[in-house]
Amino acid sequence: MSILTVKNLKLQFGGLLAVNDLSFTVEKNSISSIIGPNGAGKTSVFNMITGFYRPTSGEIELDGTSLVNKKPSQITKLGMARTFQNLRLFPNLSALDNVKSGMHCRTKEAVWGALFHTKSQKEEERLIEEVAQECIDFVGVRKYMQRSAKNLPYGAQRYLEIARALATKPKILLLDEPAAGLNFEEKQYLIQLIRRIRDEFHITVLMIEHDMGLIKEISEHITVIDYGCKIAEGTPNEVLNNEKVIEAYLGKEEVI
Amino acid sequence: MDVFLQIFFDGLVMGAFYSLIALGYTMVYGIIKLLNFAHGDFYMLGAFIGYALLSFFTGDGGLNTGLLGIGAVFIVTMIIVGLAGMGVERIAYRPLLTAPRLSILITAIGVSLSLEYASMIGWGASYKVYPIKLPKNGLEIIGAQISFAQIGLIVLSALLMIGLRLFIEKTIYGKAMRAIALDQAACSLMGINVYRIISLTFFIGAFLAAGAGIMSGVYYGTINFMMGFIIGLKAFTAAVLGGIGNITGAMIGGIVLGIVESYGTYYLGGSWKDVLAFGILILFLVFKPTGILGAKEMERM
Amino acid sequence: MKKYKKHSLLLLVLAMFLLPFLLDIYWLDVITLVLFYVVLTQGLNIVVGYTGLLDLGYAAFFAVGAYTTAILMTTFHWSFWLTLPVAALFAAIAGIIVGTPTLRLRSDYLAIVTLGFGEIVRILAINLDITGSASGIYGIPRPTIGSYVLSSQQDFYYLILIIAILSVLVVYRLGHSRIGRAWVYIREDEDAAEAMGINRIRLKLLSYATGAVIGSLAGSIFAVKMSAIAPLSFSFLQSVMILLAVVLGGLGSIPGVVIGAALVIVLPEVLRGAEDWRYLIFGVALVIMMIFRPQGILPKKYETEDRSDPEEETNDKNHSISV
Repeated sequence: MSILTVKNLKLQFGGLLAVNDLSFTVEKNSISSIIGPNGAGKTSVFNMITGFYRPTSGEIELDGTSLVNKKPSQITKLGMARTFQNLRLFPNLSALDNVKSGMHCRTKEAVWGALFHTKSQKEEERLIEEVAQECIDFVGVRKYMQRSAKNLPYGAQRYLEIARALATKPKILLLDEPAAGLNFEEKQYLIQLIRRIRDEFHITVLMIEHDMGLIKEISEHITVIDYGCKIAEGTPNEVLNNEKVIEAYLGKEEVI
Repeated sequence: MDVFLQIFFDGLVMGAFYSLIALGYTMVYGIIKLLNFAHGDFYMLGAFIGYALLSFFTGDGGLNTGLLGIGAVFIVTMIIVGLAGMGVERIAYRPLLTAPRLSILITAIGVSLSLEYASMIGWGASYKVYPIKLPKNGLEIIGAQISFAQIGLIVLSALLMIGLRLFIEKTIYGKAMRAIALDQAACSLMGINVYRIISLTFFIGAFLAAGAGIMSGVYYGTINFMMGFIIGLKAFTAAVLGGIGNITGAMIGGIVLGIVESYGTYYLGGSWKDVLAFGILILFLVFKPTGILGAKEMERM
Repeated sequence: MKKYKKHSLLLLVLAMFLLPFLLDIYWLDVITLVLFYVVLTQGLNIVVGYTGLLDLGYAAFFAVGAYTTAILMTTFHWSFWLTLPVAALFAAIAGIIVGTPTLRLRSDYLAIVTLGFGEIVRILAINLDITGSASGIYGIPRPTIGSYVLSSQQDFYYLILIIAILSVLVVYRLGHSRIGRAWVYIREDEDAAEAMGINRIRLKLLSYATGAVIGSLAGSIFAVKMSAIAPLSFSFLQSVMILLAVVLGGLGSIPGVVIGAALVIVLPEVLRGAEDWRYLIFGVALVIMMIFRPQGILPKKYETEDRSDPEEETNDKNHSISV
């Protein structure tokens, strides 16, 4: 059963066709990947799915609900969370406060509750704190909880961003190059983390990644795009032996 | 018809001043994306330094400053204010070029306050009467009185703008400016002294604003330390109107705003002309932030 | 530690209530003005400090409050207390009117647009009959509580003191709530906030409206305290002074902003005789602050515990990305 369906997606920036007639589906409870050479349009696809770019045409559905023309915040509320390619944490805020942001769309107290410290407001604050701490523990950055995000080691910042996304209680999590900049041990830890997210929380994971080792190890399904078009899809073994894929990557010898 | 044409010409003169100031706004914005709040104050500074120099020469000495003398004062004033512009950039803005936007905007407000109130302390808070006045005679075109002075000011403004265009298009410095506007990091990698070019940009901006300041002094006859505030906003409006970052746009925007305001003043009354200008500014920023000539910016995350 | 803090705060409030018995009329007036600035800066603190939206026309909301109260009391003979909610409502609407078109603007354009709105409000006040044109509105009646007429210096001191304490409390509680955190997320990274499910449009408007309501409260009380108001009090310079107090004290920091308000008002009083120099000094102070201490005198702290593990090196954020 698929959770995310992308149909005939197209994105045009002026004269540049960034994404062209792209269709793919993501199976529920899977760990899937989108790969492709630099500039292939992967992040543009993420930005359209999460509502930051408006597709020129095409359809995107999450669990049968259309996401086109919805604001990013609405899409998050529907159960989609994301991380960014170049870390977008709230730099001055503590790690804990960063993660609390995820709970915003799952809570509802307004000005009134805040001003008069109503019982329901206090309860909600307690819940926010609890969930945030859980997520922080889950990714293993508790010892940095009170520190400003910008002062965390790079790897911890990556994990923190994932914790923040988890706090929105998503059905599907989109990771944009989660391993970028991580060293070997950190990558191993990330692989465990992604597995646990799927196995323990039953959250579907879709990621963009350049690290083929990592993708081979955890990805169950891969979609390859180049110049905004899908050129192949399937299991890691199928895809990485596909002629078109090898051709697309040719000249980037360090990749495969 | 005569009134119509008269208003047009009055607007053209005002518009020429707006254009000259708008150029500085647009150039600085184009090159370092800084909205230099203090820019209008260079116009004020030009008017005051010109006033001081002219008073000195025409005052006690009884020296009869001919056209040549006035011209010399004009140029010296513009150079002094240009240097002041460079100084402001060096002291206040350069340390903040990589700081958050909010910090540098607040700094610009601080610079503006400093320039205004330093001038107030130096020259007093009251209106100053300019030591020289332009002759009133002129010609009559279809019933409208166009003075030689008006024509002279328009021609002079046009010459300055043509000069700037040539500078930007033909010289290596102009090329460097355009390059920095596109990609500052790449420019420093290519061996361009980015700071020097930014400095030069501030010089030119302040230089032109000072020219407008001294011209408005001789044209309107009185000056005041706050004169740069409102006109700075108007010039910014002109720059936005023409598409901020666009040199030709700033020239056109200034002229258009001057003329629109001139008619607005006639038909709506003088007390509403500022509202008209701000209204235009807000409408443009909201609905067409790229201005008349601005290219469409590609929105990227 | 926390208890200690609470005690000293209570002591401070107590001292503030006793102040009128210790000060002469002149200094009481100065402190009253400080309290007006405390209210105004707390309101602006929400907009600039929490949400990160640079508002250069904040005095407009001060004006909306003052004029609404003045007009309702003089022309329509309303009770002062009834004018407060109406003024707050008008201010909230004004905040949304200013806010709506500026939502998508970049911060520098936003600054200019708010400045433009501020000037438009002032020009309207100068040109409309209902606002008394350039001379403003005078003969605004004194507010009453039962049969007691608030008229002395002390009465107004207590009135604005209570409002100042309330506004500090409001801004503090909002700041420590889900709403206040959302404002700060927007300031820190708008796109990321939106990605976390925060509707930035709604929250920015709420920020403008809340800031405007607090500013209008100060305006309403200002009108009855002065019993006459004129457009001059609501100029761009007023907006800049309020902003200066917020920046000087520390954006987003409640105690910092209170200190900023006190400095901006008390300093010129101490430097009497050098009045011409006042704005020059403030202008230079702004520049120096931004270069050397942009976080303000008493900056907001976001790290709740001291950083204890020195072996952790802060990594470069611009890490090169491997292919």
